[in-house]
Amino acid sequence: MNIHEFQAKQILGRFGAPVPKGQPAATPEEAAAAFKALGQPRAVVKAQIHAGGRGKAGGVKLLSSADEAREFAAKLLGKPLVTHQTGPQGRVVRRVYVEEASNVARELYLGLLVDRKAQAVSVIASTEGGMDIEEVAAKTPEKIITETIDPLLGISGFLGRKVAFGLGLKDKQVNQFVGLLASLYRAFLETDASLIEINPLVVTADGRVVCLDAKMSFDDNGLFRHPDIRELRDANEEDPAETEAAKYDLSYIHLDGNIGCMVNGAGLAMATMDIVKYYGAEPANFLDVGGGANAEKVSAAFRILLSDPRVKAVLINIFGGIMRCDVLAEGVVKAAREVNLSVPLVVRMEGTNVEQGKQILKDSGIKVIAAADMADAARRVVEAIS
Amino acid sequence: MSILVNKNTRVITQGITGATGQFHTRTCREYGTQMVAGVVPGKGGTDFEGIPIFDTVEKARRETGANATVIYVPPPFAADAILEAAAAGVELIICITEGIPVLDMVKVAHYLRGSKSRLIGPNCPGIITPGECKIGIMPGYIHKPGDIGVVSRSGTLTYEAVHQLTKLGLGQSSCIGIGGDPIVGTSHVDALRLFNEDPKTRAIIMIGEIGGTAEEEAAEFIKSNVKKPVVAFIAGQTAPKGRRMGHAGAIISGGRGTAADKIATLKACGVTVAMSPAELGSTMKNLLDGKGRA
Repeated sequence: MNIHEFQAKQILGRFGAPVPKGQPAATPEEAAAAFKALGQPRAVVKAQIHAGGRGKAGGVKLLSSADEAREFAAKLLGKPLVTHQTGPQGRVVRRVYVEEASNVARELYLGLLVDRKAQAVSVIASTEGGMDIEEVAAKTPEKIITETIDPLLGISGFLGRKVAFGLGLKDKQVNQFVGLLASLYRAFLETDASLIEINPLVVTADGRVVCLDAKMSFDDNGLFRHPDIRELRDANEEDPAETEAAKYDLSYIHLDGNIGCMVNGAGLAMATMDIVKYYGAEPANFLDVGGGANAEKVSAAFRILLSDPRVKAVLINIFGGIMRCDVLAEGVVKAAREVNLSVPLVVRMEGTNVEQGKQILKDSGIKVIAAADMADAARRVVEAIS
Repeated sequence: MSILVNKNTRVITQGITGATGQFHTRTCREYGTQMVAGVVPGKGGTDFEGIPIFDTVEKARRETGANATVIYVPPPFAADAILEAAAAGVELIICITEGIPVLDMVKVAHYLRGSKSRLIGPNCPGIITPGECKIGIMPGYIHKPGDIGVVSRSGTLTYEAVHQLTKLGLGQSSCIGIGGDPIVGTSHVDALRLFNEDPKTRAIIMIGEIGGTAEEEAAEFIKSNVKKPVVAFIAGQTAPKGRRMGHAGAIISGGRGTAADKIATLKACGVTVAMSPAELGSTMKNLLDGKGRA
């Protein structure tokens, strides 16, 4: 789960990390008021969407009066902002963040993430702040500093200093940085974060180290112990069909193709998308109904994938281990009647109670194209749309 | 021969009184697995269909001589269950539970580094040596004793592969699901090493997916160490970047962990890669028959 920059800064500030003062605003008037409240000659107004590249896309501006803040906020709010991460349709800006301006001397990069290989949290840092860190890693890997944090020790002084010196920090900045890193790590652990990214981390003209931007993502599996963070979920930033699927504990991801896929198990669901492509079509979605799906869940899944108007045919691929094929068939029949199915439906079933399942589909009177195996299913569904 | 489990394996179920624990303990016992104990804190002294229940893993192990445990407890308590099993010295810990917070697994992984226990999973179907021992949630009947080793990050996709093998008359030595989470106890490399050393295993199917670099590490390991034929498949060739595809670990982040990269590395290391998931079995058969790729 992702949150907005201003929310991330509020959380990090609570853990003692140095963040600029600021206030979110949902209207141009609020933006003007926020500017006045800061009481400084200049402030930065930043569009709040769950995507990077806002600066380059014109979503961030340094301004010198409340009127300018009002005007700029009016230009952003309610309209989509297109960045290299949003896709061509962009994301609608619903809030801006009005923040005190910082006098930047140096821009650095600092990140904390779960390092799969090290099986621990690692610090990633670089002197190349404000840039796309993936690009830095690809082009100049020697400019990336990586340190794995021992879960028992946390951020020890020496580790923090090592990164600080690697970043070329000096004098008071070194200890400031060690403290900042320790704050971020504490925030990481105590919120079940999966990523904290400060890009840029800046050294100001007066020698302070400050988190100028902040991105936080959280481990969905850890949200159950953080109801406060779960509240920060912004449904506007998510696909409505995906939000609806989550209610039924279905794993659904919307894609650009026209073959709707319903599968049990994440690996088989990905493989089903792959085989659709292999036979020349594009999947419209990833949809894993899970291991223990019942008829109601299957029916919900069916409705959700058909809510996409681009879907021209549906492929159901189920390997019933725990899930029984007869239960699946009942769900499909129920859903197909409810939604008045009008696109071709290809079903491939294998496993427990497969014969009963096939009989239920046959007896239902619904037009089902039965497939013998995965390849046959993919071929038939591609044929159905061409 | 086989890897890790056989007819002599004696198994504890942690969380034996939950719906999932009950169902799968029963099916594993019906398959022939020696299910010797259950653990549920507070229910020690009772039993589940004749299987004695203990309050702690330590006691279950001491009194029954169990050398493996399978965990079905819910995510908030699963990491603790793994730690308890490791602290009790259980050699093989299989964690089926999906949804364990990854930072809990950071602690578990750290603790296991100093321990003799091997963890399989979490978020996995378990391990089976066909005809001898099934520990986990896979449907037993699709398997057939034989000499193909199967290792996979997925559940149902593994059943698909096994089903294809069995239909072609190719039995399996053992099938191990290593799990779909970012941090797992047993890696592809660990499983490949075990299959490589197992005299009964003639060839190996490895099923990977997007996210992380486990398959790239496996490719390097195969190139330098594995003497047996390996067929691989990578799921997620059509997966978008930055989205978690069901499994917590199946995500392309920072442009890394794509199927294309993994397939290229595997091929460069001499591994036969099936491009369609429907051709896992036939690719293996052709390779063993000396016909090359499907």
